[in-house]
Amino acid sequence: MVRSHLIAQLLNLLAAGLLLLSFSMLSRRRTQRLINLYAWQGSILFLSTCLVAYDAGLKELWYSAALTLLLKVILLPVILHRLIQRLGAQWDTEPVVDIPVTMLAGLGLVIFAFGLAEPISHLATTITRNTLGIALAVILLSFLMMITRRKAVTQVIGFLAMENGLFFAATSATYGMPMVIELGIALDVLVGVFILGIFFFQIREQFDSLDLHHLESLKDE
Amino acid sequence: MELLLILGLPLLGTLLLALVGARRYAAELNVVISLATLVAAGFLVLRVIRFGPLLVWHEQFLVDSFNVFLVALTAFVGFTTAIFSRPYMRIEQHHGRLNSRRLRLYHSMYQLFMAAMLLALLTNNMGLLWVAMEAATLSTVLLVSLYRTKASLEAAWKYFILCGVGIAQALFGTILLYFAAEQTLGHEGMTALLWTHLNAVKGHLEPRVLALAMVFLLVGYGTKVGLVPLHSWLPDAHAEGPTPVSAVLSGLLLNVALYAVVRCKVLVEGAIGPALPGRMLMGFGLITALLAAFFLWRQRDIKRLFAYSSIEHMGIITFAFGIGGPIANFAALLHMTVHSLTKSSIFFTAGHATQTAGTQRMEEIRGMVNISPTIGWGLMLGSIAILGVPPFGVFASEFLILTTAMREHPWTTPLLLIALAMAFAAIFSKVQPMVFGENDSPPLPHSPALTPVFVHLGLVLMLGLFMPHALASWYRSAARLIGG
Repeated sequence: MVRSHLIAQLLNLLAAGLLLLSFSMLSRRRTQRLINLYAWQGSILFLSTCLVAYDAGLKELWYSAALTLLLKVILLPVILHRLIQRLGAQWDTEPVVDIPVTMLAGLGLVIFAFGLAEPISHLATTITRNTLGIALAVILLSFLMMITRRKAVTQVIGFLAMENGLFFAATSATYGMPMVIELGIALDVLVGVFILGIFFFQIREQFDSLDLHHLESLKDE
Repeated sequence: MELLLILGLPLLGTLLLALVGARRYAAELNVVISLATLVAAGFLVLRVIRFGPLLVWHEQFLVDSFNVFLVALTAFVGFTTAIFSRPYMRIEQHHGRLNSRRLRLYHSMYQLFMAAMLLALLTNNMGLLWVAMEAATLSTVLLVSLYRTKASLEAAWKYFILCGVGIAQALFGTILLYFAAEQTLGHEGMTALLWTHLNAVKGHLEPRVLALAMVFLLVGYGTKVGLVPLHSWLPDAHAEGPTPVSAVLSGLLLNVALYAVVRCKVLVEGAIGPALPGRMLMGFGLITALLAAFFLWRQRDIKRLFAYSSIEHMGIITFAFGIGGPIANFAALLHMTVHSLTKSSIFFTAGHATQTAGTQRMEEIRGMVNISPTIGWGLMLGSIAILGVPPFGVFASEFLILTTAMREHPWTTPLLLIALAMAFAAIFSKVQPMVFGENDSPPLPHSPALTPVFVHLGLVLMLGLFMPHALASWYRSAARLIGG
């Protein structure tokens, strides 16, 4: 009883850390820092999945924790770092983000997410049920980041952070999806990042920059 | 066995075409693989007709009357599009818009796209359905940007980001669905995401969770259907990608996404009653049809025009599924079929028309009948068919939808009629001068393959005039399955 109480507290702590990281992602301007924050998010996911796996004694969850470590803490950040190095974009900053306003909007989203998740988390039987609201908040915050940012790489990090939120929702509400599905999702994410990598080069070749302001010419006449 | 072939052949084709590369016979190989897939689909249909629904491979795959007709349709349009794309892509290469490496990417990804869509249709697992839908998006992103022009890159980027965000919502919906199911079905045995199991216990699922799940699933998969206000990727992707890709996106992918929505709706309806999901679909569908009809007026690009027409028709079909009940479902399924056949044939002719004129701007495409009577008449007949002029099949399904709407929800009828009338006026006034009128462009360097156009239109005509008894009973059983 004490043990599971302790684990639940630890999980809440980790969830809070995840939310904090999402907020600091919203406020960072430099691309390289964002990738590091993304890797930190991945490590928190790894730790929380391990804790849940230990508590519930589910073998599958250990696998999915290992997958998280491999993909989100090591592989994707490394790929992204090398990508921006080859693009020469590691010192890129984004000038036009109004951070206080974004933060306030983020706060509103968190409140909304908690309100939405409240009735559902009462139904959950897992020890992690309190964290469903945080998972939803992380999803919405990443969404906000994608809307407010104008750089291609930043948008992709927002996209990946959103997937982190989804993963956290799956572990916290249901002890994770069946293994087949998780493998499928991981594969989709990996392929997606590869395709985006190809894309960055194509975009830069055509526009000489990764700024998405150039990508606003298609309209209905 | 047939199932293995249907899924395996396109995957094999993906590898094979990646290896074959840009050799001369790559396009022919693409056609042959698509034909083999179609034959396998045909056998699957026969088997389902004879022995009833199939549930195989640890219940991971389900074939019932609802999805088997979509599988057959997908394989068929995939095959005819492969026939069309053979001379079309050759002309593009001749015009210097493509090199051989991109052609190899095109052929390989075309088959991968088919495999992903067929997997999405055949799987019984709601999670796998999501994975397959995402795979279908990923395989077409690089196809949309195949020409590497600024506009096509922009379109592909928009497509990727919007559909990615959309499909992330659908994943959250799927997680919620799993969450609700797990409480009834348990975590062990991995049955909690299987549609058949969910369908069996749908009355016991927690209604509040399912209502929320439905919102996320509808918004998520709805992005791929092209429902307003999440439609903005669709016209761009259709206009900037190569025409065979526009044809399969419009004719097939939208159907598959709608299929996913309807599968989810069946489950949610069982838990919270038909009122809320039905109203959501009706509302989204009606707004989509109306707004798309307005936007039709403003288009100057031929492929954008027909992309908006696809959005409009998807709105009408979504609306019909929202009404529910055997007749509306029947009409919606029929409309899915005829829309997919007609719209792909329109894209075939529109593609060759733009190649002849050298531009996609409609004011510069003139007098197609003088240059090539088959292209001109194909475009004209296709447009007439999609506008719902009798005796084409689109008329039959739209008539059924309208009369059902009049009986069940009379207030929607005038709105639907406005949408249909506006679409008619907009498309007809734009297509007419493109087909008739003066022109002296040179003919195409390779003769186009337009048999598919007339086969499609012939089928649509047949569905309008007389529906074979077997087909009608097939639609009816599928409509019963969806219920509502």
